[in-house]
Amino acid sequence: MLQRFPFRRLRPALLVPLLGLLAACDRAVFNPAGDVARQQRDIIYISTGLMLLIIVPVMVLIVVFAWRYRKGKGGTYDPHFDHSTALELVIWSAPLLIIIILGALTWSSTHLLDPFRPIDVHATEHEAHAPIEQPLRVQVVSLDWKWLFIYPDQGIATVNELALPVNRQVRFDLTSTNMMNTFYAPTLAGMIYVMPGMQSTLHAVLNRPGNYEGLSANYSGAGFSDMRFQLKGVDQAGFDAWVAQAKASGRALDLAAYEQLVKPSEKVPAMQFAAVDSDLYRRILERCVEPGTPCMTDLMEHDRMRGGGNPHDVRPGAGMPQRGNSMPMHGSKPEGAMLRSPDEKGEMVNTNRFKAPADHHKAPAQPPEDRKISAATPASVVAAA
Amino acid sequence: MFDQSLAKTIFGRLTWESFPYHEPILVGTFAVVVLLGLAIVAAVTKFKLWGWLWREWLTSVDHKKIGVMYIILAIVMLLRGFSDALMMRAQQAIAFGPNEGYLPAHHFDQVFTAHGTIMIFFVAIPLISGIINLVMPLQIGARDVAFPFLNSLSLWLTVAGALLVMASLFIGEFSTAGWLNYVPVANLQNSPGTGPDYYLWSLQIAGLGTTLSAINMVTTIIKMRAPGMTMMKMPVFCWTALCSQTLAIAIFPTLTAAFAMLMLDRYLGFNFFTNDLGGNPMMYWNLVWVWGHPEVYVLVLPVFGIYSEITSTFTGKRLFGYSSMVYATVVITILSYLVWLHHFFTMGSGASVNSFFGIATMVISIPTGAKIFNWLFTMYRGSIRFELPMMWVVAFMLTFVVGGMTGVLLAVPPADFVLHNSLFLVAHFHNVIIGGVVFGLFAGIEYWWPKAFGFKLDRKWGLVHFWGWVIGYWVAWTPIYIVGLMGTTRRVRHLDDPTLQPWFVIAAIGAVIIAIGIAAFIIQIAVSIRNRDKLRDTTGDPWDGRTLEWSTSSPPPPYNFAFTPVVHDLDAWYDMKQRNAGRPKDGYLPIHMPRNTGMGVILSGLALVLGFAMVWYIWWLAALSFAALIAASIAHTFNRNRDYYVPVDEVERTERGRQPLLTAGA
Repeated sequence: MLQRFPFRRLRPALLVPLLGLLAACDRAVFNPAGDVARQQRDIIYISTGLMLLIIVPVMVLIVVFAWRYRKGKGGTYDPHFDHSTALELVIWSAPLLIIIILGALTWSSTHLLDPFRPIDVHATEHEAHAPIEQPLRVQVVSLDWKWLFIYPDQGIATVNELALPVNRQVRFDLTSTNMMNTFYAPTLAGMIYVMPGMQSTLHAVLNRPGNYEGLSANYSGAGFSDMRFQLKGVDQAGFDAWVAQAKASGRALDLAAYEQLVKPSEKVPAMQFAAVDSDLYRRILERCVEPGTPCMTDLMEHDRMRGGGNPHDVRPGAGMPQRGNSMPMHGSKPEGAMLRSPDEKGEMVNTNRFKAPADHHKAPAQPPEDRKISAATPASVVAAA
Repeated sequence: MFDQSLAKTIFGRLTWESFPYHEPILVGTFAVVVLLGLAIVAAVTKFKLWGWLWREWLTSVDHKKIGVMYIILAIVMLLRGFSDALMMRAQQAIAFGPNEGYLPAHHFDQVFTAHGTIMIFFVAIPLISGIINLVMPLQIGARDVAFPFLNSLSLWLTVAGALLVMASLFIGEFSTAGWLNYVPVANLQNSPGTGPDYYLWSLQIAGLGTTLSAINMVTTIIKMRAPGMTMMKMPVFCWTALCSQTLAIAIFPTLTAAFAMLMLDRYLGFNFFTNDLGGNPMMYWNLVWVWGHPEVYVLVLPVFGIYSEITSTFTGKRLFGYSSMVYATVVITILSYLVWLHHFFTMGSGASVNSFFGIATMVISIPTGAKIFNWLFTMYRGSIRFELPMMWVVAFMLTFVVGGMTGVLLAVPPADFVLHNSLFLVAHFHNVIIGGVVFGLFAGIEYWWPKAFGFKLDRKWGLVHFWGWVIGYWVAWTPIYIVGLMGTTRRVRHLDDPTLQPWFVIAAIGAVIIAIGIAAFIIQIAVSIRNRDKLRDTTGDPWDGRTLEWSTSSPPPPYNFAFTPVVHDLDAWYDMKQRNAGRPKDGYLPIHMPRNTGMGVILSGLALVLGFAMVWYIWWLAALSFAALIAASIAHTFNRNRDYYVPVDEVERTERGRQPLLTAGA
């Protein structure tokens, strides 16, 4: 009978990951152009090394014991060996030690590399190249299915194209219009979720010029696979030239252009906009781009006042919608399937490309003025910029 | 106009367009399913087996038969889930650059959603429930579970959920929102089709079954152990089953609540998880992962128990460090509640929160590591027989430690920022689920098959099955680890970079090798059934086992034990064999047993109709089936004819029939 377990056949299989690791070495994650990504890669190396300290002996022991103590082949048989306090101590404390070291590393590195935390410029190896200056601000919006980048200080916007000056810290503020995506430029820094109605922040720096790629790493519907953007690392002069080129493009990202852009589309080529409303990002975040929609902070303020204004003295029913003359509710009210008439029910949508309701984007003729409602900047203001 | 209105009132949104007759892949699949179904119906009719099927199986409340039916369900669903996997591997192996592959986004997204949903909810969970059902009552010396009818209901609710998922293949569509049906993709505005509704209703129905089953198993273990079997004399498998099912009771309500809120969003226009009106999709992610991470341990803990039983049996030794094994299991159970946030470190929770969850996750590796060491030192100074179950154990240990290592790596938040949502992550959880859970379930099936059916499984095909899976796993998932390290992310239908293609081709080859393993498994079962006389186990104890299930005949009589065994030590059956304890041969008493009932099948059938009607907005049918469901449940409470006594002479007859077998083998 086959009492022997052919371990030798397993060994080549164990070599493959190592070869693969070598192949992976020159790829973005392992040869990053950004300092944050480089530190993250180092943490992968250190943690893996630490764990191999215990994994390798264990794997060797598994093979050795399985071979040595196979039935009738020499190994001592001691059916009563089922407890050893000393061994128990070792098998609990050895992993514990590793985890203590790894835990300490985790605590410090998680705080140091927290995406919300500005990069400590002196801590990077590129200290010499990085004069202390305000980080470049970039506002990132994920649309279905493309990336909108707004440079508020430069007053330009781009789609699916992100240019960064090298050795300058960048602060990304990110939000989404509809789906949850993950902003990920492997060569630059780790991922961060991009969520509707919420803002996330990422600090990063690119240290090497070149053309790279970024993508959405979180599945967000039909056009997700091709939701990629170009990442261009350029020097300061190159960056200024790039901004000037965008400004010369002549297109402005006004309300009409934005409403066109926000419609679901796939494989969108890179676009540049010469001008953008400085308030657009905030209104996307607060979900009030459409004229006539109250912003989230206004709504919260409204709810707070209805609750008496004092968060520690909340009246019963505070924040609940009022019957009759309450403010328009935020966003369009979705209607549940059960509330629809039979005639509306037949729409068998055999694709998850979203049908925009016909008049969804139609703005009311006159935005009411007595409410704190932000209307999009008129095109004339954009043109003046 | 009136006609159309009437049609919609009667059929809801179900129209001819709902049937994907224009999709050649689905039409082909449908034809195969119909042919197979007809063949089975014809065979059952020809051999006049309908009555037997109904009396002996469908209405059975015998825990062993319910266990076997769970396992059959899981194997059937494994074939479905694995075809999805093959389709994904094929798509990703060819879709590079200008080649868009053969699956459009809408189809591909359904395939990966269905794959994950089916593999976890309708393969892994039923297999776990099946093996616990089959083995645990025998191991604790009980005659059935605590609530036999509930057990039957749990099984059939799971089957109803599985049928609803399968129906989505041919009527309408399945969810495209990932295996946890993530919002915002699954919101009504973004997915107005039937997909998320199919998902929600099938998992609500099946989830109810899983929760009820867990309550049943925990009660059984706590209340029905044989005299003398204190908690610390319980077999490790029962301990792990207890911890796993306790976890399940605690977490499944969270999932049910999250799904219920999403249903309210979709059906009644609530705003729990919408983008606007105060809804927040992030809440859904938290809720499903509060379920999702402990669920991993619901699956893997019983499997750790299986490995423990097998290692102990085939090394011929008592398990090394029994108490530390038990404590490790309990510690894992508690810690598993404290780690869910590591599924979205990149959501921006802040450094301190991330560190807490990261370190909590790493801490789990300590008891898990202790378990590995315990199996290792059980092998030490053992006399290891490399029968198939033991080969699975060694393959598991070598595979699982790699998955454990990549898991701890992913628990370091800065590393996770780079690896989250990458194929490295996908490779990691397939490493622990295939290398841990699946290997263990196959080990368990090989190990307990003779107990369930009275004959061993064929060894030759078992080896093909084993090597197909082990080699296939490494060939399929090593390249996925590598492309993940290169920054390739998950759920991608099409890639631009052609240098990645060779890795995906290797992965596809690996999937084909696994397919050979699966085919060998089916052949192994068929061959073993054909050669069952040659493979017959007459002793009831073919592996020289140590726990009580081996003390009765294979297969056991419906009442398991004519006399409830009395336990004096851990490894009770080994202890009895050492002391030459004999079975009593006379003085039998009547045995109190539960009576079969068809109500589990009826209630689950009604639940299936309710789910289908709700998915398709057929309100009248939904109302009707709901009313019938309530009425039938109430009617069942008036059924007092639920138990009977096996008369003494029948017990004597059965025992006389199996006694020679047992003594002949001993």
